[in-house]
Amino acid sequence: MDLTYTPGQQAFRADVRAWMAANVPAHKLKSYDTREGFEEHRAWERTLNEGRYAMITWPEILGGRGANLIEWLIFEEEYYRAGAPGRVNQNGIFLLGPTLMEYGTPEQKARFLPRMAAGEDIWAQGWSEPGAGSDMAAIRTKAVRDGDHYVINGQKTWSTRAAFADWCFGLFRTDPNSERHHGMSFILLPLDTPGITRRPIPQLDGEPGFAELFFDDVRVPVENRLGGEGEGWNIAMATAGFERGLMLRSPARFQETAKRLVTLYRRHQAKVSPAVGEAVLKAWMDAEAYCLNTYMTASRLMAGGKIGQEASLNKIFWSELDRSMHETALSILGARAELLANGVDDPDEATRWLKGFLFSLAGPIYAGTNEIQRNVIAERLLKLPR
Amino acid sequence: MNFAFTADQLLFRDTVRDFLAAECTPADVRTLAAGEGRSAARWGKLAELGLTGLTVPEAQGGLGLTLVDLVLIAEEAGRAALPEPLIDQIGIVVPLLARFTHRPEVAAVLEGIAAGTVTVAVGHPADPYVADAADADWLLLGRDDALHLVPRGKVTLTQEVSVDPLRHIAAVAWAPDNTTLLGEGLDDLLDHGALCASAQALGLAQAMVELAADYARTRSQFGKPIGSFQAVKHHLASVQVAIEFAKAPVYKAAFSLAQGLPRAARDIAHGRIAAIDAAAAAARTAIQVFGAMGYTYEVDLHFFMKRAWALAGVWGDRHFHVSRLQHLVLSDDAPTGADATFGPK
Ligand SMILES: Cc1cc2nc3c(=O)[nH]c(=O)nc-3n(C[C@H](O)[C@H](O)[C@H](O)COP(=O)(O)OP(=O)(O)OC[C@H]3O[C@@H](n4cnc5c(N)ncnc54)[C@H](O)[C@@H]3O)c2cc1C
Repeated sequence: MDLTYTPGQQAFRADVRAWMAANVPAHKLKSYDTREGFEEHRAWERTLNEGRYAMITWPEILGGRGANLIEWLIFEEEYYRAGAPGRVNQNGIFLLGPTLMEYGTPEQKARFLPRMAAGEDIWAQGWSEPGAGSDMAAIRTKAVRDGDHYVINGQKTWSTRAAFADWCFGLFRTDPNSERHHGMSFILLPLDTPGITRRPIPQLDGEPGFAELFFDDVRVPVENRLGGEGEGWNIAMATAGFERGLMLRSPARFQETAKRLVTLYRRHQAKVSPAVGEAVLKAWMDAEAYCLNTYMTASRLMAGGKIGQEASLNKIFWSELDRSMHETALSILGARAELLANGVDDPDEATRWLKGFLFSLAGPIYAGTNEIQRNVIAERLLKLPR
Repeated sequence: MNFAFTADQLLFRDTVRDFLAAECTPADVRTLAAGEGRSAARWGKLAELGLTGLTVPEAQGGLGLTLVDLVLIAEEAGRAALPEPLIDQIGIVVPLLARFTHRPEVAAVLEGIAAGTVTVAVGHPADPYVADAADADWLLLGRDDALHLVPRGKVTLTQEVSVDPLRHIAAVAWAPDNTTLLGEGLDDLLDHGALCASAQALGLAQAMVELAADYARTRSQFGKPIGSFQAVKHHLASVQVAIEFAKAPVYKAAFSLAQGLPRAARDIAHGRIAAIDAAAAAARTAIQVFGAMGYTYEVDLHFFMKRAWALAGVWGDRHFHVSRLQHLVLSDDAPTGADATFGPK
């Protein structure tokens, strides 16, 4: 154990910090849940890619730097410190990307990964259906083989950023007679394929952050299947593991929120009850604990370990941490917490907390609800009976 | 940057875990609770394994290992609810005495500790009682910012009864003099004590979750094991989350204290609060899972709960560490943010 950064790691941090200072847009981008904001964020992904900062852990040949996980953590810390824009392609780079690395053919990797890193293809995720939420094995959308194509019919829902995304990956039933987690395949398809209808769904904040997708005889070439036919479930589980595991929610994000919360508390300390101080402290501690835990996981993975069911512990922890940090911020803001835009000394800050609060409520729901994660922990880690 | 224990450290941890699983079973703990409270035979074996000398410098016959090695062992001692004062000795007494090895009498005490023939009890002025004082040869005590090493013969003990039948505690009356004075180090004494209590709390918490999970697999109601009920599952899963995220702060605290970093006080307080909370949640949840069984003296759970409760109050309780940490984190000039996490302060 050596909890100090090497000179090389410090130099890397300095490089990232300098690059961010020179490149992070001075103005705040519009929300990526609007058409205009989506394209602004795509432009930012291009800028990142030009600096070879889009996916630093990827090999150089795919536009990365072959960076290790500690370097990735440092990168993320600098990213959030600089207030850089959210990653519009997170479904691609953090979820599909690692899945492709593990299960993709060389052709698929070469075809999809560089474009993903460059923001040319922005990805949406298509698991959920009206009848298949927590129970993902209940998926019914069919992909029926017809020569060298699949013909897809059915419906997906809650697909994040699918209102504007270019591509979608998802799980489809390729064996029409199959049940539960058998007979499904993992398929990638462009969202402008004829036969796809998208219906954007406004979220709590009124913006179309996700969409319903209707498939009506949608033809997709067989080479767009990732992994073997009927092997989709296991691959999807790997993707879900990435989602709950390391990459999607890097600790720096929560540490930055905790830092803003501490700053907010300092500013309002004279006006709020001392009890709030303990809640702020708890937020700080938990954000730190999440960071430290991630450094431990990163060190373990770098030594050849694997992520297992503990990804479920992670997912519960960060999502509940995020929610409670925002609740605490709103309680400090008091009567001003309800303000969506104007009329306060620091309107951006109040609005940001409010919007962050709304989004934090989704954390315990998406990526497998926290109830499902608690089931997983109890049954797989603690070996309790089903 | 490498936040991992070495293969050797983990192997040693496993050896200790296996040893305690065989030599310090809940049944052994129960037997001792009804009798002497301490096993001289086990102490001898702990010394043979090198544990009594774990942190003693090699010059004094020990293994010369650090608090980073110790923290894993302390976790195991907690997991087994080990009655003997091993952790107080190698985690608190030895690291502090090791600063004074230029004093021949201190070096001799350390040699005796490593050999398993000398015991030193330890107390902080903030705590009213000292554990294992009656059986000790020496006491490491604090007064006015300074540490003192006091022979057992020079103190007067008033024995008290702890909720934990295996904790032997006493109020200590003593008078410092020139022969007892060692030097500075009272803050460090508290931090070492807090670290050891935290690491043991982690092990105790895990043990309680496992006891409860074992019980939930076997106890049936409504024709099914109670562990198949989601309320039971979710309670235990929540405790497991709390334990998991208390570990890294405790390990980091061990590193910071071992290295003497200025940020140690902050790290110790964080680990302490997280570990106290995890152990409290584990105790509260485990007794609930056991139902009325958990309320009896006959089920082993209470030994672990009682140790956790007792350790929560010593070496700075939750409130102490919360106010300490509030000062270190929330005050205007305190460093916050990701780049402060592994910074010196
Ligand atoms: C912001 C956001 C973005 C999303 N993005 C995507 C996306 O990009 N792609 C995609 O495919 N999906 C996406 N989802 C959908 C998400 O995966 C589902 O919402 C989630 O899996 C839960 O399914 P559900 O909403 O149908 O809830 P349900 O499954 O109906 O659950 C409702 C409640 O019942 C509980 N419950 C259900 N089953 C159990 C059980 N066995 N034990 C205990 N409790 C149970 C749940 O925990 C929950 O509290 C997104 C959701 C949100 C909120």
